[in-house]
Amino acid sequence: MVNIVAKHVVGAHYGLRDWLVQRVTAIVMIVWTLLFLGALLWNGGFDPASWKALWASRGFRLVTFVFVVAVLWHAWVGVRNIAMDYVKPLGLRLTLQSAVIVALVLYLGWTVQILWGGGA
Amino acid sequence: MASRPQPRPARPVYLDLLSIRQPLPAIVSILHRVSGAILFLAGIPLALAALDASLRSPESYAAFATMASHPFAKLTALVLLWSYLHHLFAGVRHLLLDVHVGLSLPSARRSSAVVFVLALLATLAIAIRLW
Repeated sequence: MVNIVAKHVVGAHYGLRDWLVQRVTAIVMIVWTLLFLGALLWNGGFDPASWKALWASRGFRLVTFVFVVAVLWHAWVGVRNIAMDYVKPLGLRLTLQSAVIVALVLYLGWTVQILWGGGA
Repeated sequence: MASRPQPRPARPVYLDLLSIRQPLPAIVSILHRVSGAILFLAGIPLALAALDASLRSPESYAAFATMASHPFAKLTALVLLWSYLHHLFAGVRHLLLDVHVGLSLPSARRSSAVVFVLALLATLAIAIRLW
């Protein structure tokens, strides 16, 4: 006797991974935010000299890069959720999501230019 | 095995979201989404532009400082600051709910009020400190 279980495969099963990504990136961002606040209070804030000194630190630039990656990844999960909730036509959703990915990758490149472009 | 749902009787559907009084956790929740959208649409590009201008050269720093003192720029910064803080505090609330802290209805209501007020107060405090 053949036992066939009818199974409706729905989605690509990355819901749990996205859920976890959203939490891990959130914690990374919280840690960086506290670090940034601490550095501002320690360094003396936004005046040109201390601002430049803060960003002259290689370590702080690296940690900030990790923060930005967390922001962009977090934003991707969030924007995709919003798109899935409100944008029903498939073509429009695909176009929007593609544009979002391009924008996020662009932001990452911009971040690298800012952090290591020689301006700092 | 669930039976096929019967066709629903025709009945009025009343979903005027603006005249339904939402509970505070629902308001904090939708503001979490709204603030996230603001941060994506305006927060990320403007923050990168600001960081870029502030670090590129002394001239660009000065130009940025002049622009940032404009009332409209301050208003924009205020909205973005609130978005970041509300999103952050509401997110921390989510993380606590994930580890089963504050799941009961009264404490969930209380924590949503705390998130709402804390985000406004922190925004105000930082704004006063900045200007």
